[in-house]
Amino acid sequence: MSDVTQTRHVPDRLNSRAARIFKSWEALLLAVAIAIFVINSFASPYFLSAWNLSDATFNFTEKAMIAFAMALLIISGEIDLSVASIIALASTAMGLALQYGAGTSELVIIGLTVGVLCGAFNGFFVTVLGLPSIVVTIGTMSLFRGISFIILGDDAFRGYPSSFSWFGQGYIYWVFTVEMLFFVIIAIIYGVLLHKTNFGRAVYAIGNNPTAALFSGIRVDRVKFILFLLTGLMSGIAAVCLTSRLGSTRPSIATGMELEVVTMVVLGGVNILGGSGTIPGVVIAAFVMGLVTFGLGLLNVPGIVMSIFIGLLLIGVIALPRLWAMVAARRKS
Amino acid sequence: MSTRPAPHISPDVSPMVSMDMITKTFPGVKALDEVKLDLYPGQVTALVGENGAGKSTTVKILTGIYQPNGGTIRIDGNPISFASPNDAAKAGITAIHQETVLFDELSVAENIYIGHAPRTRLGLIDTAQMHRNAAKLLADIGAPFSSHTQLRDLGIANKHLVAIARALSVDARVVIMDEPTAALSHKEIEELYELVETLKSQGKAILFISHKFDEIFRIADRYTVFRDGAFVGDGRIDEISEGDLVTMMVGRSVDQIFPQSDHEIGDEVLKVVGYEHPTEFADISFSLNKGEILGFYGLVGAGRSEFMQALFGITKPSKGVCRINGDIKVIRSPADAVSNGIVYVPEDRGKQGAVIGLPIFQNITLPSLSKTSYKGFLKLAEEFKLAREYSQRLDLRAASLDQDVGNLSGGNQQKVVIAKWLATQPQVIILDEPTKGIDIGSKAAVHEFMSELAAQGLSVVMVSSEIPEIIGMSDRVIVMRDGRIAAELAKDELSPETLVRHAAGITSPTEEAAA
Amino acid sequence: MTRLIPVRETILGGAILVLLLLISSRFADFVAPSNLANVFNDTAPLIILALGQMVVILTRCIDLSVAANLALTGMAVAMINVAMPGLPIPVIIAIAVLLGAIMGAINGVLVWKLAIPPIVVTLGTMTIFRGIIFLISDGKWVNSHEMSPAFTDFPRMVLLGLPVLSWAAIITIVLFGIMMARTQFGRSIFAVGGNPHAAVYTGIDVGKTQFWAFVVSGALAGLTGYLWVSRFAVAYVDIAGGFELEVVAACVIGGISIAGGIGSVGGAVLGAIFLGVVKNALPVVNISPFWQLAISGSAILIAVAFNARAGRNKGRIILKEAEATQ
Repeated sequence: MSDVTQTRHVPDRLNSRAARIFKSWEALLLAVAIAIFVINSFASPYFLSAWNLSDATFNFTEKAMIAFAMALLIISGEIDLSVASIIALASTAMGLALQYGAGTSELVIIGLTVGVLCGAFNGFFVTVLGLPSIVVTIGTMSLFRGISFIILGDDAFRGYPSSFSWFGQGYIYWVFTVEMLFFVIIAIIYGVLLHKTNFGRAVYAIGNNPTAALFSGIRVDRVKFILFLLTGLMSGIAAVCLTSRLGSTRPSIATGMELEVVTMVVLGGVNILGGSGTIPGVVIAAFVMGLVTFGLGLLNVPGIVMSIFIGLLLIGVIALPRLWAMVAARRKS
Repeated sequence: MSTRPAPHISPDVSPMVSMDMITKTFPGVKALDEVKLDLYPGQVTALVGENGAGKSTTVKILTGIYQPNGGTIRIDGNPISFASPNDAAKAGITAIHQETVLFDELSVAENIYIGHAPRTRLGLIDTAQMHRNAAKLLADIGAPFSSHTQLRDLGIANKHLVAIARALSVDARVVIMDEPTAALSHKEIEELYELVETLKSQGKAILFISHKFDEIFRIADRYTVFRDGAFVGDGRIDEISEGDLVTMMVGRSVDQIFPQSDHEIGDEVLKVVGYEHPTEFADISFSLNKGEILGFYGLVGAGRSEFMQALFGITKPSKGVCRINGDIKVIRSPADAVSNGIVYVPEDRGKQGAVIGLPIFQNITLPSLSKTSYKGFLKLAEEFKLAREYSQRLDLRAASLDQDVGNLSGGNQQKVVIAKWLATQPQVIILDEPTKGIDIGSKAAVHEFMSELAAQGLSVVMVSSEIPEIIGMSDRVIVMRDGRIAAELAKDELSPETLVRHAAGITSPTEEAAA
Repeated sequence: MTRLIPVRETILGGAILVLLLLISSRFADFVAPSNLANVFNDTAPLIILALGQMVVILTRCIDLSVAANLALTGMAVAMINVAMPGLPIPVIIAIAVLLGAIMGAINGVLVWKLAIPPIVVTLGTMTIFRGIIFLISDGKWVNSHEMSPAFTDFPRMVLLGLPVLSWAAIITIVLFGIMMARTQFGRSIFAVGGNPHAAVYTGIDVGKTQFWAFVVSGALAGLTGYLWVSRFAVAYVDIAGGFELEVVAACVIGGISIAGGIGSVGGAVLGAIFLGVVKNALPVVNISPFWQLAISGSAILIAVAFNARAGRNKGRIILKEAEATQ
């Protein structure tokens, strides 16, 4: 600004971008991810193998697809606990369609459509009826999976066409899987959507202060409805990938995955109460969780014990900074 | 004033509570700066000051909700400090707060006795005894409802009576009344005055906070004046005139505060006909002209904000037509209102105005994103440009434009909210209590700015409960009472008496009908 | 002057009665007193946990770790029983309650002192508790033949015509009835959830009240842990998996507002009984038990939609006529 007469000029930014990125949650998380990577490569000789690492990505790619949409939803102040059940219902619908001779493209369309419809169902209860999303999605969590149980009972759908297996088992090039490609594309789309568009700005505004957002002319309910649709759609995509990878559908498919998705989002620095968080954070969190699970797996640590680490990680990443702040405040006074 | 008994104050009586050199700071704001306040047994001390003078902070310190950063509180001459509201309660200090701090889900008796209910020998709450005690308290203050009533079923005036009963139930020595008459009808106010006399005769020290001067001169024995968080003066109420008290309060004479309004009033911009809502307001019709400042006056709870929110599309009126520049417009949501050139600066900045957690520039551009973006994609450079332009126009004081709005003072937050709306280039701007809770400097700036806006041809609707502001700023005033328009007054008809009469529903000074 | 809470309970009670009538019209045996007693006994763990969850939800929190807490306590007391078969049952119960309370206290401290959102805390502790079961048990089952007869027989013991398990639920209901209505803690819980801001003014410590709510919920989960393991005479990592959702469902169906402050002991109990009746009726009326999940999901949605409707229209009313017609 060449305007010298300006008495009280307010600068655009105080801290440089680099300084802020350096001090961010994402930077800390990235350091954790690198540390885990290094520890793992020392702990197990099998870790640093391209094929093993490629296999490891299956630990998180499907969850991360949902986590991106969930991140937006949580930033806006809502939550969807029914995502794993949407996977079950979408997978069951695909299995049912298979019985009537659906081909790969029909299966995918059906899976995605069911996902979107489930999202719309959640969105209707939350935005039109104005009910709290946590209760609604605890309800639909039972309902969606319940429908799968009604249809399937103890049975399973099998015999998916071989072309269908491309989604969950295919490779694009060398060790790079189809799911990795989906993961990268979806991460970029959500990164742009949240950080570079008016829609993303609206999501932040709603999460920080829904009343002020409404008063600012943002169509709050419409934005939230779209977010539920997106979460449903991502669950549908995850259902296609997971069903393709497993090659079968059982009603218990993806049980408990909603918790891992929420953990991933929170670990990624998204405030569970809404208002803040970034997509790069969720991407790094996905890698952290994938690396921890994979590394412990190589050390023959059973899955259930890994969940202790995930749980500790979830609480620890939130508790430690707060503890640190409390200690610092006490030392000051 | 003639009914008040002659003051029987012996000058050598020592204060029951005295606050000395009390300082309280919040990040970025000094709410109280070495203030002093003395409360005497059997006397009513009025704490006088404008919004933002530090009255509420004082109350919160006395009731143990805030801890002061400096200074001493003495009770009967002994220094004391309150770590929690419980400590203050134990010291015999109780408060009737401005907002009702009560529990909808509990019964009246439980609300009165929560925290100190009578116990049976087993340590359980003795409900029978509690209801007996509550019933007696309620009878004493003439409350027309049972102690078994659920609080949620009571109206606002009755909830106030519960709060008073609660204050009496703890057998307090010090009673703080924070604007106790704001939501009460004429008759209820009279009953409250009687109650205050009873408390005085019991030797309790009373701190009375009110904006109404007639009330202060009628009920108080002493006064203490704060301005901008600092102590200005205190003394006996019978030794000061109303004019002097006002001067102490605002620091200058009232008519200097308001800018000269030399704006031109043009053609009709907005016309509202027969707006009606099932429970909040009815039969609202008026018109607004280009370059005009239209004041909306009324008591708290008269339905002004509720009507404004309907006009802005937040709630839906059941009936009514809104014309903008002669064309009928249907406003179903704030988004509709904004696109039709109507914007609303709400009263509750924290809750409804600024998006705390987002930086200043994002707050300013929030309703104008369609202008600063390209096909839905953000353009930060454009955003900063717009934010820079309006923050300069409003003389915003901040460290940087990407600073969190939450770190700004109340006045600067207000500026961000106004900047946000001006950036949409509206035709009509609705300001709901635009200067409530901000310091005098910012207040004057807001007033100055309001007349500038009008001079530039913007139509301003100003909802205000402050009579000087209404009289000083408005070209025309609509007075609302019980959800209806009680009067429409031209500039030369405005006087404090007329406004109060219409707002309170007193048809003429001699014929005081109970509301 | 209608009081909302009893209305809600009456409607839910009515719904349960209608349900029973419908079932009895074709399967009269279902409503025989002995079968109803069985249904109640089967629902007892859910009732106990729902009451603990109610206290937590009333203070604007949620405890998703109850089922994991139950499973961990159950495994711990089962292993203690195997190691020391002679330990008397009251001691076992005391240990179970204490262990549960400690786990609840861990949740509570994280919520109170570090102000971490309850849903995050309990999601985390839920997975941690489950993992610990695996660690202490090495993934092995504790089977009935390893447990002492006294250990497994206790909940089945019949007193005055009802098994101890049922009595445990009844006693919990009575104690909670007294606690919620007649103690300072009970009223504080409503105050904290209904209006935390006002609670502070009244001298109630919001965080501390939430802490004790978690301790209560944890202690009941611990008690249920023993009852569950001894009743089914088996302990393993996955017992009561996903049961936390059924517990939350019972509360939501019972009209306890997830936003805090609104709810009643009667509501929570009826919510649990509703789910218990549905669960026990399905096999009787020849509907596949696979329907249960979908039915409880639908019940949650209907209940929450209904309660939200009933709770609405409490805004300020300004027009005098409108107030008069209320």
